[in-house]
Amino acid sequence: MSDVAHNLTRFAAAAVFLSSVVVASSAQESHIGNLTGEAKRGKELYQRYCIGCHGQRGDGDGDNAPHVDPKPRDFTVGTFKCRSTPSGSLPLDKDLFDTIGRGLYSTAMPRWFPLTRQQRADLIAYVKSFSPRFVEEEPGTPLEIPRETPSDEGSVTRGRELYQTVAKCSQCHGKEGRGDGPSAATLTDDKGHPTLPYDFTAGTKFKCGESDQDLYRVLMTGLDGSPMPSFSSSLKPEQAWDLIHYVRTLRPGFQQTAQKTKEKKTSGVSSAGTATDNTRPSVH
Amino acid sequence: MNLRASSVSAQSPRHCVVAGIILTSSVLFSTCRAYAIPAFARKYNLPCSACHEAWPKLNNFGQVFRDNGYQLGNGKDSPIWQNPSYFPITFRITPQWHRDSSSNQQVDSVPGDATSPPIERTLTSHGFDLSGVDIWTAGTLFNNISFSVLPSSDSTGTFHFENAWARFDNLLGSSWANLKFGKFELDNMISEKRILFLSSNGGLYQLYHFLPVREAAFVTSGLNPLNAGFGLGDNQLGIELAGHSANSYTRYSLALLSSNDGNVGVPNSSYDGFASVSQAFELGKLGLQRFGAFAYLGQRPTNFNTAAGAPITGSGSNNKSFYRVGLDAILYANKFDFSLFYLHGWENAFLGTGTSATTTLPSGAQAPAWNGGFVETHYTVNTKLILVQRNEFIRMSRQAFTSDPSDLGNRDGYSFGFRWYPIMFSRAGLAWHSEYAIVKSTKTSAVTGRDEWKSSLLFGFDFAF
Repeated sequence: MSDVAHNLTRFAAAAVFLSSVVVASSAQESHIGNLTGEAKRGKELYQRYCIGCHGQRGDGDGDNAPHVDPKPRDFTVGTFKCRSTPSGSLPLDKDLFDTIGRGLYSTAMPRWFPLTRQQRADLIAYVKSFSPRFVEEEPGTPLEIPRETPSDEGSVTRGRELYQTVAKCSQCHGKEGRGDGPSAATLTDDKGHPTLPYDFTAGTKFKCGESDQDLYRVLMTGLDGSPMPSFSSSLKPEQAWDLIHYVRTLRPGFQQTAQKTKEKKTSGVSSAGTATDNTRPSVH
Repeated sequence: MNLRASSVSAQSPRHCVVAGIILTSSVLFSTCRAYAIPAFARKYNLPCSACHEAWPKLNNFGQVFRDNGYQLGNGKDSPIWQNPSYFPITFRITPQWHRDSSSNQQVDSVPGDATSPPIERTLTSHGFDLSGVDIWTAGTLFNNISFSVLPSSDSTGTFHFENAWARFDNLLGSSWANLKFGKFELDNMISEKRILFLSSNGGLYQLYHFLPVREAAFVTSGLNPLNAGFGLGDNQLGIELAGHSANSYTRYSLALLSSNDGNVGVPNSSYDGFASVSQAFELGKLGLQRFGAFAYLGQRPTNFNTAAGAPITGSGSNNKSFYRVGLDAILYANKFDFSLFYLHGWENAFLGTGTSATTTLPSGAQAPAWNGGFVETHYTVNTKLILVQRNEFIRMSRQAFTSDPSDLGNRDGYSFGFRWYPIMFSRAGLAWHSEYAIVKSTKTSAVTGRDEWKSSLLFGFDFAF
């Protein structure tokens, strides 16, 4: 081998090595807007706030794990419920950032928004270091949420039909949305732990956000690691909005809210502004 | 009763200094328990370190939890979600070894002979001991109704209610309206109840309890039993309206309080007021920076009625005022955090000299005033180890009598130590506590008017479960 070829080989090897270092080190960081989180700092925060449930190795096997239900997330598999990316793909750093700040309602995962934004970014950088997926893969392309269609009686009616037929939501969530569908008792998460479908009539907060846009995101990307699939291939956007408008009507207090909205409209008071602001149903 | 005849005059500084020492000692050696609640850790399956920078000192997550009425807001706050056998109770006590030394203390020159001329000696004691014990229950009675009851004892087992209150949280659905009723800690940004020092000289903020020497002597003398003095760090009886932003970066508190320094039995029928406000903001990787201000306006009786010579509870009259105003801050710089505190105190001349307002002030009497501050530094090595130190000073800016030395009663303090937490999980807390503290009081010795030095060394196991 000539000296030139030998040098080229060494150069290529060095380039590969350097690029792998760059990839690995970038996996030790998180990027949310202009924030850069660092895993080194995140590790200390993790040991302060998270280790009790998620465990030293991030495998969801902390001291508290036997005592909490649902079980803590296993970070080593790189699977996350609340994402803006397609089912099966890695989440964006911002998805994790939002989840940490919002918490997961009715679980042991509290809202960590009292932590500074930098702290949350650092935590994400460290959480990502538990799974090799964050070195090997890029996050999926985030879902684009189309403009919300009007939430009127027609939309709710169509949503009710979709709920029972095309999407077959009632199979798990029950005919009346009480989380008591025929499959409900058999559902397990990807760890084999029994899990219950969401009860729309209970009025509790949704885990991945309260707005219609958040619901759209869940519907079209699914909740990875849980039995809730993605409906991106089986529902058109307008159908997804119809479905969302319908499940809104299942929540307690909906009738009163709708009535107030109707009265405002009747009295000439403008209700929602833009289409995207129209996050509460105006039907009754 | 006319207190004029028994007021502390300018001609008897030594006697009032003695009484001042007694008061100071009683404050220093009184039970000063701090707050940490493993019952909450058990309820929410969170380690102590989630809410505490190093227990009992809160971090911002713990502050939000506290501000929200001991609720996480995860839908599981109401007691109905708990196992029926769960009872939110916490015990805390500190078995310890300590050494305490005080210079220039008055003793009889002939032991046992009270008529022998007093002399001054350095008194030192050391040995194994116990702290008082806290038996604390707190939590939620229902969604948005929280409570706390804290029977606390001194080391002999004599109990009192350190706090007892109910709080209605998030009134009208707003975190800006929370109403607390009962006996509670003032909303001091730098909480003395969560102090990281435990020894007799370091385990309190001098400024939070400081009274000018002559007034301290008068309060201690019991000549006016309806005047209990005042301590910013003492839990007070009253009602508080408080509010906060969602992340508690912005906070306020307004309180209407009985004028009795938290003592039960309505010894006085007048009221004090307290207000505090703070604002925090994020400073990149350094962390959260919080700044605040506070004011306490109060009054105490200078006169009272008696029956068969005994004071009648609630009959205090001829009230005179006092105030404390100041600024505080908690600044983070990565693993360092600094608690900064400044206070200006002022007392009416009648209070400052222990004179009944029905009489005229003695010659040379004036309203005493002082300034003071401290810088407390913490270095959080990790969740299991924290290093602490504090510098504190108090400077009289105006004495109660013009004839007093300008620096009479000035105070300087320095404390340092560390706390090591060998366990850090969600069921109980244990800390090995080591601390040394020293305080100098200027020209306050009873016999010769020399400076007094008091020091304390403490090692102990501080545990809560």
